[in-house]
Amino acid sequence: MSVTQNMQVPREKEPWLEPGHTYASVTDKIASAVLTRPLGIGWLAGFALTFSIVMMLFGACAWLFTKGVGIWGINIPVGWGFAIVNFVWWIGIGHAGTLISAILFLLNQQWRTSINRFAEAMTLFAVACAGLFPLLHTGRPWMAYYMMPYPSTMGIWPQFRSPLIWDVFAVSTYGTVSLIFWFVGLLPDLATLRDRAKTKWQQVIFGMLSMGWRGSARHWRRYQVAYLLLAGLATPLVLSVHTVVSFDFAVGVVPGWHTTIFPPYFVAGAIYSGFAMVLTLAIPMRAAYGMEDFITRRHLEQMAKVMLATGLIVAYGYFIEFFLAFYSQNKFDFFMTEQRLHGPYRWFYYALILCNILTPQLLWIKKVRRNIAALFVISLVINTGMWLERFVIVVISLTRDFMPSAWGRYSATVWDYATFIGTLGLFTMLMFLFVRGLPAIAISEMRELVHQESHGSEGHQ
Amino acid sequence: MSEHEHEKQLRILQGPQGQNAAFKRRHDHGDHDDEPEDLTVHKHRLELAAVREKLKNKSGKQYWRTLEELSEDPHFTELLHREFPRHASEWDDSVDRRDFLKLMGASLALAGLAGCGRPDETHIVPYVKQPDGLVLGKPNFYATAMPFGADAVGVLVESHEGRPTKIEGNPDHPSSLGATSAIVQASILNLYDPDRSQTVLEGGEIRAWSRFLDVAQELATSVKATSGANFRILTGTVTSPTLAWQLKKLLTLYPQAKWHQWEPAVSDGAREGAKLAFGRVVNTVYVPAKADVILSLDADFLMSGPGHISYARQFARRRSPDGAKDSMTRLYVVEPTPTVTGSNADHKLPMRACDIELFARALAAKLGHGSAVSLPAEVEKWLAAAASDLEKARGSSLVIAGEQQSSAVHALAHAINAALGNTGTTLYYTEPVEAEPANQLDSLRDLCADMDAGKVDLLLILGGNPAYDAPHDFDFVSKLKKVHTAVHLSPYFDETSAYCQWHVSESHYLESWSDARAHDGTASIIQPLISPLYYTKSAHDIAAAFSDKPGLPPYEAVRGYWTEAAAKLAFTVESGWRKWLNDGVVTGTKFAPIAPALKFDPASLPAFSSVPPEQVEYLFRPDPTIYDGRFANNGWLQELPKPVTKLTWDNAALVSPRFAQKKDFAHKVMARGGEHGQIRTAVVDIALNGSKVTAATWTLPGQAENTVVLHLGYGRTRAGYTGTNKGFNAYMVRTSKTLWSALGGEITATGDDYPLACTQYHFNVEARQILANASLDEYKKNPRFAHEGFEEPQKDNSLYQAFTYPGHAWGMAIDLNKCNGCNACVVACQSENNIAVVGKDQVLRAREMHWIRIDRYYINTPSSTDGHHAGDTTEYSPALDNPQTHFQPVPCMQCENAPCEQVCPVGATTHSAEGLNDMVYNRCIGTRYCSNNCPYKVRRFNFLRFQDWETPQFKLLRNPEVTVRSRGVMEKCTYCVQRINNRRIEAEKQNRPIRDGEIVTACEAVCPSEAIVFGDINDPNSKVAKLKAQQRNYAINAELNARPRTTYLAAVRNPNAELEKA
Repeated sequence: MSVTQNMQVPREKEPWLEPGHTYASVTDKIASAVLTRPLGIGWLAGFALTFSIVMMLFGACAWLFTKGVGIWGINIPVGWGFAIVNFVWWIGIGHAGTLISAILFLLNQQWRTSINRFAEAMTLFAVACAGLFPLLHTGRPWMAYYMMPYPSTMGIWPQFRSPLIWDVFAVSTYGTVSLIFWFVGLLPDLATLRDRAKTKWQQVIFGMLSMGWRGSARHWRRYQVAYLLLAGLATPLVLSVHTVVSFDFAVGVVPGWHTTIFPPYFVAGAIYSGFAMVLTLAIPMRAAYGMEDFITRRHLEQMAKVMLATGLIVAYGYFIEFFLAFYSQNKFDFFMTEQRLHGPYRWFYYALILCNILTPQLLWIKKVRRNIAALFVISLVINTGMWLERFVIVVISLTRDFMPSAWGRYSATVWDYATFIGTLGLFTMLMFLFVRGLPAIAISEMRELVHQESHGSEGHQ
Repeated sequence: MSEHEHEKQLRILQGPQGQNAAFKRRHDHGDHDDEPEDLTVHKHRLELAAVREKLKNKSGKQYWRTLEELSEDPHFTELLHREFPRHASEWDDSVDRRDFLKLMGASLALAGLAGCGRPDETHIVPYVKQPDGLVLGKPNFYATAMPFGADAVGVLVESHEGRPTKIEGNPDHPSSLGATSAIVQASILNLYDPDRSQTVLEGGEIRAWSRFLDVAQELATSVKATSGANFRILTGTVTSPTLAWQLKKLLTLYPQAKWHQWEPAVSDGAREGAKLAFGRVVNTVYVPAKADVILSLDADFLMSGPGHISYARQFARRRSPDGAKDSMTRLYVVEPTPTVTGSNADHKLPMRACDIELFARALAAKLGHGSAVSLPAEVEKWLAAAASDLEKARGSSLVIAGEQQSSAVHALAHAINAALGNTGTTLYYTEPVEAEPANQLDSLRDLCADMDAGKVDLLLILGGNPAYDAPHDFDFVSKLKKVHTAVHLSPYFDETSAYCQWHVSESHYLESWSDARAHDGTASIIQPLISPLYYTKSAHDIAAAFSDKPGLPPYEAVRGYWTEAAAKLAFTVESGWRKWLNDGVVTGTKFAPIAPALKFDPASLPAFSSVPPEQVEYLFRPDPTIYDGRFANNGWLQELPKPVTKLTWDNAALVSPRFAQKKDFAHKVMARGGEHGQIRTAVVDIALNGSKVTAATWTLPGQAENTVVLHLGYGRTRAGYTGTNKGFNAYMVRTSKTLWSALGGEITATGDDYPLACTQYHFNVEARQILANASLDEYKKNPRFAHEGFEEPQKDNSLYQAFTYPGHAWGMAIDLNKCNGCNACVVACQSENNIAVVGKDQVLRAREMHWIRIDRYYINTPSSTDGHHAGDTTEYSPALDNPQTHFQPVPCMQCENAPCEQVCPVGATTHSAEGLNDMVYNRCIGTRYCSNNCPYKVRRFNFLRFQDWETPQFKLLRNPEVTVRSRGVMEKCTYCVQRINNRRIEAEKQNRPIRDGEIVTACEAVCPSEAIVFGDINDPNSKVAKLKAQQRNYAINAELNARPRTTYLAAVRNPNAELEKA
């Protein structure tokens, strides 16, 4: 420490960890949220609220299974409504976690350390919410296993030309790998918790979860290789999942769906919304659990920059869609674009532009990027905008396609909203459980950071 | 157990379905001699002495089914009510051995009684010996006829093991020619309607038929005392020779009695017009096949009225643009509100109904009859062009006056046709088809006056529903209350039944014997396909009950009449009967043309009192689907989009776009359902004739200015589950003076709006290759017009290897020039393929299930490609005043490069070797991806469980060859794959290829205008391949490269160049 002070090198950047932390203080702070801190009234109230919303989700699902998807607002021509919009939205949100953990890890971005754990948890919960919808939206969910390639006595297989089958594989693979990646990353921390646990139950549970981690050099060596390999495995998945999800649309003939820009544009949008959701969650959490030292303003600013960059890619996507509709002179695409601007759902489109393109431009300003309240609002706006984007793509394209005689409209029913809000509740409830059940920040990685900070080299390997 | 007992036991186990096999055996009535043997087992022994005593006291010939009934054994009565023995209800539950034996014993004991429930069954076990000509699993077809108004449509009814499931046209019948209409198709649903009344009721209490017979005889005795002065009969239009014969016999028994007729939806104009023209009532038969130029004066002859199916076919055959020069008919239509006929016109002139007489007078004057009248300039021009065309086609032109038009217009039409020399070529006259032509309005008025004066003690209402549909000012109900005993025969316990002492449930035409005449006089024997489902009777039974032959079965009555009538024919009943039943027509009964002398001079008409153009005229018209209200409880017809408005489940006050704009009647497209479902429109109060009705408005392009059309038939209060309280009741403001048109009403918006279920609101093709059309001249100049301006992609332009079709390749060609939009195919498809009715709420959510739909487009109207909101009627444009209308039937296109097949994740929609996109319902998990990806939006999804699986009647209705779909699966047109496979099996059995034209899809079979042709496109000589080889043949949105198998022949209209210039 003294070396740096003596050299009088002005810090170009703020630290990723507020100064004054030791290995012990980091561990104490993070582990306390799980082990010692009593359940506050805020947590209890939040959990109770989200739990009741989850009960509403169960109710909505029960009614759905009893009556059929006709309780929703879907119809002919709009065969896909909220369910698919929500699916794509949740999957998009589920992108940030693995991106932060895997890609930023491979790229040696130190700042990922304090946010990767809960971003990964968020990913898993978002994928869980997303995974509900394809199942719920089928007309006969009890037959949904037909989509799995199991050896049927009838010799029937799924229809492999369908993007929905690709989806099944892409999403389930992504979910599985994300879960393993997350769990492997948790191992040293689980062992820490096991060692610090005071009660029998905690000792047993964390003991089992930590899978015999003793912190030996060999363990660490294997751990780091496994983590690196998993990061390598997860990285292409981050890109492939939303690419495949975009194929659901790009492969279709519907004007507004059938376009080659979709894969990159969807991936960028997914990262965009994922980072927005990380911000939405991180800002209240760091305040509630006093983790401002770990998740610093600099972290938030960094994420804002990622949002700005991906937001610009998304804006480019919108522009290209627009441009190609005019350039190609394809009358169906042209008409669809015209409908977005002037049709009955034009306000959705305008709101989308406002949320996804105009608002994020504020992030060019450093003051905004460093203003936590502003960032929180912008992240919410972007989350809304990305939901609207999926609505515009899925629903508006379907309302007016090739046959004017079959044109229609879509309006969600109370059951659509109940299911959507229900998954928001499920997601939040799982986050509530997570912050009190597992270390929300990677302790071992933070301790590495303490080491690096104290030795003054950021890019230290 | 003797064989006989064993049979009986089986009979009970088989339940009611087994009874239907009685068809072939129903001729031997009343032979129940073998029944009483079981009575010894029965606890309640019959007091034979008492029976004899009873018999002694009865006068006349007694008909009875069993000794029990005769003795009025209360146990038997109870049995009758329960239809099956006491323990029958236990059968639903699982039974253990002991209970089973107990029930078996009881069944055995009661078998005799249960077997007696229906009078006309003698054999008990069906199919122990297979009846001749019946193979289980293979349907039989029987010829019969559906009587409707002054017409009867000959039909062949498909019967599966004794239950009729589908109606087809009878090619030998002049009113059918093999086709049928939507109403005829849907009539089979009425047979199985669970809301039908099921028995005889006296003041709401269930009564045995025998009890009714006794009461009828008592009543007959009492009216006999006054020779019938206090006895009245009210029927609809009767074309049944037997019923007329029976009624006339009644009138001879009771010389002072009167027979009245009332048919709410058919005007007296034709009858009175004929009287005016010829001094007598004649029947006019048109021959559109011979007409080069047709002028319709508000006549919807393609869609309604006697003979319309035949007319539609003859007309369509003359619409080919490829024939010799001038071989294509030209159709002019003057009409107040768009109809199917008007929508098919080459020139249509919207005009208030009250102005049409003036138009007819002007036309007569142009042809040299009557004095000239002045018309507005544009009408004058139109008239001049039409008149010169008609004159050019002298002898091969035709003027048709509408059913709802006045006597003067009908008389003028007769005079004009005579002046043009058309009589005998494009139309001819015969004796009236109606058995007893009468001015029905006067007839009903007389009856009401007599009832009011207390002169009527006994009134028989045979069919009809006058309490609902009589003119409002007659106040029929209060007069009906003054009748001592009213007997109402009706299929439903309806508005009228509620005010009658006796209600007798009426048999469906598929359940009872009768006969009826077609529009050209040809008679058909109506033979039943099934023994009555309930304790129902026909008008013949009632007529007999009050005659000196009470209990005479309808079969005997029909035989009786034809025995008498056959004396005049070349046949005797004995030799002819089987042939008549087989053919569906009675040989040699077609009326010979007559040549009544024209005694009418248009100049003799009183001066025309013209109505100021700004005055609003209110028109009353029968509804295009549920007619006068008699089909209100028919879900197929209720959900059938009305041909022009595409409204379902409701009627609406139709107004013109300009009128709506002036009055500020708004349309709001709702987000739920949208253009394909829910439109909220302004609600108005219509004060008319001192009464008021509240209705939703509907803006209809092509409607005449200042015309408000109110369709009859809705607002029923006792129609049944489906039909009650739908729409508004236009009869409320309809009086005897303004039966068809009323002036001087007040229409005011209430400020409310009302959701209407409209299946197609957007009417513009948006410059897409959807509905190709041209005029005849354009077509002659450029026969390939349908292909121009659109890219046609390379055939091999696909990622996937193309399918090959080495065997058959099924395809369909739909000639838009022939299709008139009558909707018959929609209902035929629904009937053939067990398609569910979803109800108004679901139609509002854009979820109707029709596999084939008729799209209606207005050509040359503003589109949303030009502006932002057009394509509907919310923004007025002059083009909407009289748009050119086209219809396009859209079934599944069965694409060769099908977008739906690629995206199904589970392979539930797959390509067959013959090119069909097969739906595998068992495999479908309902992702709806296929529907999203279908560029033609022909797929239909079971969003909820739309099928009624519980109601037993509907189980009988369904086609056993088509899967009944449950919720959560996608469905769509299959090209009637069950029919394809049936014919394939037949062909394979005979070791021959399938012949062209052998496979007929349901939509093709029903089509009156032969617009739909199905066949093998691999066979270059097939009809469909030849049509597809025509230059007019095009595919919808071909540039998508879906390569649809269903293609269209572009529409070609034949406008008059003189009128086009304007």
